[in-house]
Order: sequence, then C-alpha cells, then structure tokens
Amino acid sequence: MTHEELKNTLTAILPSSSFDETGEFLTVIVPSEDLLPFMTELRSNTGLDFDYLFCLTCIDWKDHLMMVYHLMSKTHKHALVIKAKLTNREDPQIETVCHIWRTAEFHEREVFDLFGVKFINHPDLRRIFLDDDWDGFPLRKDYVDENMIEI
Amino acid sequence: MRSLIAEDYVTPEGEFVINMGPQHPSTHGVLHLKLWLNGETVNKVEPHLGYIHRSIEKMSENLSYRNFIFATSRMDYLAAHINNEACALTVEKGLGIEAPPRAKYVRTIISELTRLSSHQLWWGCTGLDLGAVTPFFYAFREREAIMEIMEETCGARLTQNYMVPGGLMVDIHPNFQKRVKEVLTLIKKNFNEYDEILTGNVIFENRTKEVGYLSKEDAISYGVTGPTARASGVSCDIRKWFPYSAYDQVQFNEILDTGGDCYARYMVRMHEMRESVSIIEQLIDNIPEGDYQTKTKAVLKLPKGEFYQRVETPRGELGVYIVSDGAASPYRIKYRSPGFSNLSALPVMAKGGKIGDLVAIMATIDLVIPDIDR
Repeated sequence: MTHEELKNTLTAILPSSSFDETGEFLTVIVPSEDLLPFMTELRSNTGLDFDYLFCLTCIDWKDHLMMVYHLMSKTHKHALVIKAKLTNREDPQIETVCHIWRTAEFHEREVFDLFGVKFINHPDLRRIFLDDDWDGFPLRKDYVDENMIEI
Repeated sequence: MRSLIAEDYVTPEGEFVINMGPQHPSTHGVLHLKLWLNGETVNKVEPHLGYIHRSIEKMSENLSYRNFIFATSRMDYLAAHINNEACALTVEKGLGIEAPPRAKYVRTIISELTRLSSHQLWWGCTGLDLGAVTPFFYAFREREAIMEIMEETCGARLTQNYMVPGGLMVDIHPNFQKRVKEVLTLIKKNFNEYDEILTGNVIFENRTKEVGYLSKEDAISYGVTGPTARASGVSCDIRKWFPYSAYDQVQFNEILDTGGDCYARYMVRMHEMRESVSIIEQLIDNIPEGDYQTKTKAVLKLPKGEFYQRVETPRGELGVYIVSDGAASPYRIKYRSPGFSNLSALPVMAKGGKIGDLVAIMATIDLVIPDIDR
C-alpha cells in the first residue's frame, strides 16, 4: 500500500489517530489506551498484514515517554511506525503486544528495564540486563548514578 | 549477587533445574541459560542476559556523531565493519549526503570479507561444539588470511574501525586488490575441505538433522533474521530487500532453505560463504577511481528527526535508529541487534530436545553475546 492508502485505511480503523510524514516511514500516533485493539487490527487485517515487528523501543522526551513500534509486512512489503505517548512518568503503563508478535516479549522487557514502562498482561515482566535490585531506569534523561562523570 | 544463580532445585513435577553458563564453552561468551530438565530432555529454557551489558546506547548519547561509531565495533565483534557501516549510513542519511562510489565499492568488499571471516569462525566453532576439533584449525587458516588484509587496511584485527560518515577513514592499501584475490583463491580451493570434513560427516548429520526445528511463522513472529530465518524459508536478506552501498551493482542469490533445522541453518551459511566470494569477485576489479570520502563539516549535526537504517550482518538484520534533536550528539540511539531477537526464539527451538541438541542449536543460531547484551 502507498502512504495515502495506508492513511485512509488507518483513519477508518481509528479516527483519533494522527499522522506524521516527515521521516522515512509513515508514522501514526495513537492514544496509548487504544494501542492494543489498533495493533491487533494491524496484524489480523489481511490488507495490512503487519506480521513483522522489527524494532520496539521508547524515547524519553523529558515531559513524557514515547513508545515506538516499527512494523513491516512481509507479504505487502510496506512499513509503518506506531507511536504512543505516555504522559505519566511516575507510573507509565501500556498494554503488551507480545501476544501478537512474540519478539515483543524480550523487547518489552528491555524497555521495562531501561525506561521503567510497565507492560500490562506481559507474561514475564522482569529486568533483562540489569540486576533485579537496580535503582532507577538508566536510559531516562533524568537518571543519575553515583558513578556517572560529567564530561 | 543475583539470587537466581543459587537456585538449583527440583520442581514439584520432578524436573531438575540446571544452570548452563554463564561460564560454559558452548555458550560462546557469558550467556546464562536456566534449564528445566526431565532426565536429559529439555522442558523449558530461560535465557538470562546482561553479564556483558555496557549500555552502549546510553554512552552514545554523550558522544559526537563521529565518535559513537567506534563503540559499535564492540557490539558484534565478528562484524565490526558492518556495524560501523550501519552507523555511517544512518548519519549520512541524516546529513543528506552519500559516500562516493569508490567508498561504496570498498565498503561492500570489506563487508563481504567480514561476513566470510565471521562465517568461518562460526563453522569452526560449530564443529568444536559438536565434538570435531579439526574444523577449528581449518577455519582459522582462512580467517587469518582475511584478518591480515583487515590489519593492513585499517590497522586492527578485531575491533576494526574503517567506515566513517562520508566514506572511508583512509584509502585502501596499494596491495589490497592483489591480496584479496589471493585470499579468494585460497578460500575457493579449501571449500571442498570444509565439505569433506564436516558437511557429509555421518556423526555431524545425526547431530543436526531434524534438531532444533523453527517454523516459518515462529521465525517471523520472533523477529528472527539472517541465516537462521532463511533456513526456515523466510526471505529477509536486507541486501536484496533494501540494497545499500554497492549491493545493487552485483548479482547474487538469497540463500533460502525450508528445513528449519540445525542442518538447514548450517547449509545456508555454507552457501552464503560462496555467494560472498562471488560478490567480492564481481567488485574487486571494478573499484572506481576517485575520492574515498565526501567532504563533511568538522562537527556533524543532524537535523531534527528520526533516521533508521538496516544492514545485513552475518547474524541478521541490524537496525540503527537515531533520534536527533538537532544537537551534535544523538538524543536517543537504539540498536536493533540481530542476536537479541534470534536468541528469543531459542526456547521454542530447544523445547522437547536433549541437552546435546541445545548445544547444536546455540551453535547454529551463531550467538555473539556482546551483540545481544550491547
């Protein structure tokens, strides 16, 4: 599908989504509470068929966290970026997508470990790289550690 | 200390819980697997990571666009050049520049040499893991010849740095073409030895055939890429799907297999080595004259935005995702490393097999732990 066709299809699925076309991929920004039904539709809709989640990460924009999902369809060869804004920095929560794409299980554990985002219904949400008793979330911009040096 | 290390116990169902690693010869580094065993049958595997986590992503946020590249040689140390290339391409994408044709050709040749040397090390280690010691020496004979070219080109043998934003760090050595051709002759001559000693070996076939099956659906769902996915019939070669550098100038085949087992993964890599030789042969005599680097500013600043570049490393798809806020260092950088996703499919492949099969599976996924932990 071209960008225009994708936009029309996605708007029909979720009218509250907004688009950003400045980057290489078409980016759609969805409200975080609508993420799971939206993602389920992306995977199950045969016209879209996004079967390959090739990147899942998070960005700390200081006043909010932004979840970023890079999706691709192996059959239709189109790609899409989905973003969901998490405004509550103290207790960011979002539905897991690991029942749709199994690769998300590890990637979400990584985001939980380094950003502290809690994934609702994740089967095994533990720290993946750092020790279980680690304080704080290192990839957040406000993270401080006694061993950090100013350069 | 992590409390989980001391947990050696028997579950109520009578399963033994055993720790494999972090210090274990067949995990190729500090990988810790927790196994739930029924006799010798593996009921469940749980990878525990992080023993070599250095948070290269966090470090890169404080480094300039020229410097962050050097840290990536320490991720997948068997494909340092390709990691560098991925970062250089992302920065070039952000700056809106392109490397000159000479640099593109040399990058492709060096990448394929890297792939060859990585696959050779993998071939030797696979033999070693499955009880054959001789392949290791055979593999290192050719790998050494490639390492000498690398040393002559960029000064380093392992943590190489040669590709920079805009092109190459320095021009190729005058001997480069001659020596690459010598190495290719050597490798082509010795491929038959590889097949004689390991490929057709009955013991090796029994250890790998119908072991560690991964279905096509699982491979896509788990985000498995590279030879591991191609052995399950998933077309995912980035060099074909999204050609970069000089891959659009050469003819080569994407090797696919439908076996999905350890033997299929083995055969895919064996054929890939021959394809790499063919790619280098097509390019080595046609390196264009001209600049090896595009002129760039002393301090690189990427415009506000997001840039994503993927390349095909020997282990699969490496994605570099840079988020820029217009400053001289990346605001956020994410490496989508192939090993991380490939490892996540290990529990599916190992379930129901024996411990010995697990070793064969790990060998044929071709794990590089610093690439997984970053």
